[in-house]
Amino acid sequence: MPAILLDNIFNPWDEIQRHQAGHLQSGHYGATATFVGTMRDFNISESVSHMTLEHYPAMTQHYLDTLCTQCIEKYGLDDCLVIHRFGEIRPGEPIVLTAAWSGHRAQAFDACRYLMEELKARAPFWKKEVTEEGERWVHNDQQTEK
Amino acid sequence: MTQPPLIVKLVTMSITIQFFASLREQVGKQQATLPYEVPVDVSTVWTKSTDNMDMPDNTLCAINMEYVNRDAMVSNGDEVAFFPPVTGG
Repeated sequence: MPAILLDNIFNPWDEIQRHQAGHLQSGHYGATATFVGTMRDFNISESVSHMTLEHYPAMTQHYLDTLCTQCIEKYGLDDCLVIHRFGEIRPGEPIVLTAAWSGHRAQAFDACRYLMEELKARAPFWKKEVTEEGERWVHNDQQTEK
Repeated sequence: MTQPPLIVKLVTMSITIQFFASLREQVGKQQATLPYEVPVDVSTVWTKSTDNMDMPDNTLCAINMEYVNRDAMVSNGDEVAFFPPVTGG
């Protein structure tokens, strides 16, 4: 149930395969739900060339590790995985991956969404976008779409 | 008769403060250290470490990587963090 913080681009589909091969028992789980968040090239009607994702390293790792442990217990999962980028990110690059493995689909779907919603609400990351107008911090009322 | 050397053990009493994102820019520093003298709450740590700036209403606070309210008490050696609402994911 790792939570992984990365400062360079990653392939979420490779990570899912690698995690399944290394941490899960084939035949023991019946459902895998995944979510991948990808950087857009627009926000509030302006084009965005790239962004910097700042975080509070020790607290981020602690928060995400705790979240994964709680999620496995809450939904009775076989396992879960969270990967989150930090540093400079460009449009089209994945920002975040959440994945949940369980015996049945309901728990996997619910757990995958739970990981994502909790992470967005409380994990200490902050986005700073770069547009033609300059740099700006993203406020949480600018990314409320679900 | 030669006296044995006097050994003085210095115990550091301090609190570490961290500021992140837009709050770091407003405060003008990433980190500060305060001497720990008497028990203080998080609000007092903010006031002392920012030269009496008003704390923005939406500021989030943590002690040792756990979210806390502004009236939480701070102990010697703690790391206190202040940051704006999060925008990850």
